[in-house]
Amino acid sequence: MTTVAAAARIRPKRVLPGFGLTMGVTLSYVGIIVLLPLAALVLKGAEIGPERFFAIMTAPRTLAALKLTLSAAAMATAFNAVYGLLMAWVLVRYDFPGKRILDALMDIPFALPTAVAGLALSALFAGNGWYGALLEPMGIQVIFTIWGVAFAMAFTSIPFVVRTVQPVLEDLDPQYEDAAVTLGAHPFTIFRRVVFPAILPAFMVGVTLSFARSLGEFGAVVFIAGNLPMKTEIASLLAVIRLEEYDYNGAAAIALTLLMIALVLLVASNLLQARALRYKGRGA
Amino acid sequence: MTITIAHLTRRFGETEVLRGIDLSVEKGELVALLGPSGSGKTTLLKIIAGLDWPDAGVLEVNGEDWLQKKAQDRRIGFVFQNYALFPHMTVRDNIAFGLTVRPRDTRPAPAAIAGKVTELLQFLQIPQLADRFPAELSGGQRQRVALGRAMAIAPELLLLDEPFGALDAQVRRDLRRWLREVLQQAGSTTIFVTHDQEEAFELADRVVVMGAGRIEQVGRPEEIHDHPATPFVARFLGMTVELPVTLHAGRAGAPGLDTASLPRVAMADGPAMLFLRPTDITPVPDPQGRFTVADVTSTGALLRLRLKDDLTSAEPEIEIARRLAPPLRAGARIHLRPEAGRLFPATAGIPPAVAPAIKALKESSL
Repeated sequence: MTTVAAAARIRPKRVLPGFGLTMGVTLSYVGIIVLLPLAALVLKGAEIGPERFFAIMTAPRTLAALKLTLSAAAMATAFNAVYGLLMAWVLVRYDFPGKRILDALMDIPFALPTAVAGLALSALFAGNGWYGALLEPMGIQVIFTIWGVAFAMAFTSIPFVVRTVQPVLEDLDPQYEDAAVTLGAHPFTIFRRVVFPAILPAFMVGVTLSFARSLGEFGAVVFIAGNLPMKTEIASLLAVIRLEEYDYNGAAAIALTLLMIALVLLVASNLLQARALRYKGRGA
Repeated sequence: MTITIAHLTRRFGETEVLRGIDLSVEKGELVALLGPSGSGKTTLLKIIAGLDWPDAGVLEVNGEDWLQKKAQDRRIGFVFQNYALFPHMTVRDNIAFGLTVRPRDTRPAPAAIAGKVTELLQFLQIPQLADRFPAELSGGQRQRVALGRAMAIAPELLLLDEPFGALDAQVRRDLRRWLREVLQQAGSTTIFVTHDQEEAFELADRVVVMGAGRIEQVGRPEEIHDHPATPFVARFLGMTVELPVTLHAGRAGAPGLDTASLPRVAMADGPAMLFLRPTDITPVPDPQGRFTVADVTSTGALLRLRLKDDLTSAEPEIEIARRLAPPLRAGARIHLRPEAGRLFPATAGIPPAVAPAIKALKESSL
């Protein structure tokens, strides 16, 4: 009898209970809310057939919309990369009155309905708005141009850079900088050779997210862009217009293209990150 | 490289971290700053390095005012407690860092830098680690790399903050011997910070004992070990048994103590405090003895006796080699024979009621 008992396999117990339940709920959620709609979109896109798809995407109006969206998103991201990094640096490295308020303000673009942001920006940059009244006499037109589109995109996606870089910068041990100082490095060299490499992976995530978000930004942009076909019409808006015209294939093709760009970006960013973090991967 | 420090003070808000430090270090000397945590030793080291600034005082090196000099220009080698190796650089790049960040006109050619790094890797006996990242090294290997990185800029002054703090006991002992040899060969002036007296005594030519922002004693290791200058140093160096005695003609006496082994001292008659190491006391079974054994624990080599002092109701702990110990059980009465100790005037001591708190503080800091 005892030998039988001894031979019985012991099932290791998990210390934390509820794995089956929590994992099941999570996977169902991901399936229903994220994967299924994406799959539907891909299937819809596949129905169209390659020639038709190609025709839709190379139509001048679609190309113009994509070009505008991509260039404006690139401009917004470039701005956010510099300004977001600076903002994170200021919020982490210095103490000043109002720091907590400034820190809280950084979340406003996330919390604010994008339409509200769009309206506010349009009002500011309109010919009789505060900024517009200053800029337009100088011949700088923001509203109804790519500048306005880029500005709206930058506004809504800046927190991605700040909020990804900030915690990493906070955790960065000041000893590395002290060590660099004792070795004779001057401030800019320390930033370039010690601090920036440490925050680079997080920075890349922030920049990629900022770009991806800018590609898809809709609410804030449509108010300031003017939405002139071939000029200031962004890709997501074009998809909506196609949908309103009952051109489901046209809408799906544009949506699918945007989806692919976003996916490629995320994969590329992850690969770059893995490369930047390779020193952590190996070894103990 | 002669360092002169005078009247150095530093406060963080309300806390006075350094309360007037005077110290000079000669060229080629190996000096240990020894003290419990919070004694200001690391702050002093950082001020010498230029990573912190005093509120007042003098710091001169070879007659030059270093308080007017930025850390970058002091050309010191600093080894951090956790080594602070740049995690994204290989060992080779870490060691080369100090050379590659020089301004273009004084920077050695890449080939010269590579040569210097290879030479250092050989000197530190780690050429096989050149292309690894810090995350792939053991604690002892990291320490060697950190030392290499500090030595690459050919510093005249090496500063080490708790160089063995992050290592386990066995590695500590091996590396201590090795470090001593390396420092002797390098011949640079070295100051290191430690809270471990054994480390300080084994490595240093001269030990500076610090407590609460002041220098308590400066001297050669044996000198400090045998003749602690203040009750603080005595306690810090493990003289944890404090017994009130009366001095008469230079001899200490107290009921229940056999002080025949203690030498005469040149101190005025009157009450005094005798500081003893737990291992410097022999318990002698004595039915009329002043002390009762409260309990006996064995650490393997040693027997640790907790005693009850019938006179003061203090509870001193003494230790004795197990094979030399008389058969003692809890409840046995004994008297004590101190073999070596240090006497301080009674006023200098702290009442026995406070002593356990100090001891607890000290243990928590170790």
